[in-house]
Amino acid sequence: MSAPALFDAPGPKTRALYNVFTVVALAVVAVIGYVVITKMGEKGQLAPYMWEPFLTPVAWVEYLIPGLLGTLRAAATAIVLALVFGLLFGMGRLSRSPFIRIPCGLVVEFFRAVPVLIMVIFAFGVYSGLQLFGSALNPFIAVVTALTLYNGSLIAELVRSGVNALPKGQSEAGLSIGLTRGQTLRQIQLPQALTAMLPALIGQTVVILKDSALGYSITYLDLLNWSKTLGSAYGNTIPAYIVAAGLFITLNYLLTRLASLVEHRLRSRGRTAGAVTQAIPAAPLGPPEGEEILHPHGHQEEPPR
Amino acid sequence: MGEILANYDFVGAFWLTIQLSVLGTIGSLLLGTIVAVLRVAPVPVLRAMGTGYVNTIRNTPLTLLMVFSILGLTYILGLQISDNAKTNAFWWAVIMLSLYHATYVCEALRSGVNTIPPGQAEAARSIGLTFGQSLREVLLPQAFRGSIAPLGSAIIALIKNSTVAAMIGVTEAAGLMSEVVENETGTLGVFFIFAVGFLIMTFPLGVAVTWMSERLAVKR
Repeated sequence: MSAPALFDAPGPKTRALYNVFTVVALAVVAVIGYVVITKMGEKGQLAPYMWEPFLTPVAWVEYLIPGLLGTLRAAATAIVLALVFGLLFGMGRLSRSPFIRIPCGLVVEFFRAVPVLIMVIFAFGVYSGLQLFGSALNPFIAVVTALTLYNGSLIAELVRSGVNALPKGQSEAGLSIGLTRGQTLRQIQLPQALTAMLPALIGQTVVILKDSALGYSITYLDLLNWSKTLGSAYGNTIPAYIVAAGLFITLNYLLTRLASLVEHRLRSRGRTAGAVTQAIPAAPLGPPEGEEILHPHGHQEEPPR
Repeated sequence: MGEILANYDFVGAFWLTIQLSVLGTIGSLLLGTIVAVLRVAPVPVLRAMGTGYVNTIRNTPLTLLMVFSILGLTYILGLQISDNAKTNAFWWAVIMLSLYHATYVCEALRSGVNTIPPGQAEAARSIGLTFGQSLREVLLPQAFRGSIAPLGSAIIALIKNSTVAAMIGVTEAAGLMSEVVENETGTLGVFFIFAVGFLIMTFPLGVAVTWMSERLAVKR
């Protein structure tokens, strides 16, 4: 990724101006911090007894860790199922037969447009109305259903665009050596598309992890729900939510880092395969992050045998 | 089915969803642009502030932000926007939607900035524009045009995420949906009404965004 150099190396005057900006910015942050802390102090939110529970194992063993496990269980199940759903419907959308392609397209577009929360509430209503899985399991399965349908549809789109973004020579080569269309898709196009999609897929797990908190509305015992219980038990609602947010942020931040790491590796691998390398202008634009639309890495050419 | 339609205020619920979406869009576009400018600013501290904001808010579930605004900010810290609980929840939902989606707007704009060839910024500087001027006159207009597609997805996501306001008692679409599901049986039709309602709100927008992003793309 080459970022445009938006600004020149500063001269003495500009450096002085930057220093002014730095001081002003730090002052603004300090004022906000001061207001937050005094406001919390006034309401007794900074009292040691509010925060001490988090230093004891009880809060973790009985509230936060079960909460994290609940969130992770729903997210992990949904990721696996969404991958399966996404692969099936993504392949369906790439089918040449309109009888497969169009229904798959309708399903994907429908579930992409419906808000996850609406699906969560509806699935929960149906499951508990019909008493399908028992009241202990209903919320879990409802959350997983909604997350699978929504994220599976997004993954199906990723699969489709990933395969379509591959160079045409790939499928032509597959067909010319006598593979059927299905074989070409499965053995040549999908493996390449999936590798190129990997960063976006990891990014999707962040979405799933965050959306699993929607289970709060149907009493699924995730991290958010457990931290509410913790807040009521210790009378420290605000610290409990702040700690829960911290846990979510840490988890998701690590996943995002992983995604950009994988993207970086894929890209450097693509580069060694003979892609055009571009001189990168020196631009102090902060750390490059893998947030843009992914490009499939350059196709690797096998040496002729 | 007809009875359900007559007994519940579907139009009112969708009207609330639309209000939340429009206000949230305005808020997130304004805040998102500011954060995007911070993230490309030449001053390291400003960049760090922008990055810190995006990394914190974007990795927090919107549900948590919403619930926190009522259970934490309103009840405990006493930050009430209105004495009326419904109005208070509505405006907190607008604020939290704006805060949360501003990070997506920011990242969309930043990806737009990244599509601008370096020559544009260099040309702007060489004719003597300051950083602020080149941003206003040259870079941001192109960035907006180049980032219409991701901005559109951010707004569509915001419309869908406005349902999360149901968690704090705003009876928009999802709020009404949970009421109906709780009290009635045979709600498949109701589910389809809500699904179609959101399709109507998001599908034309998606088509318009695709059309606009092609039409307004900067020809290079």
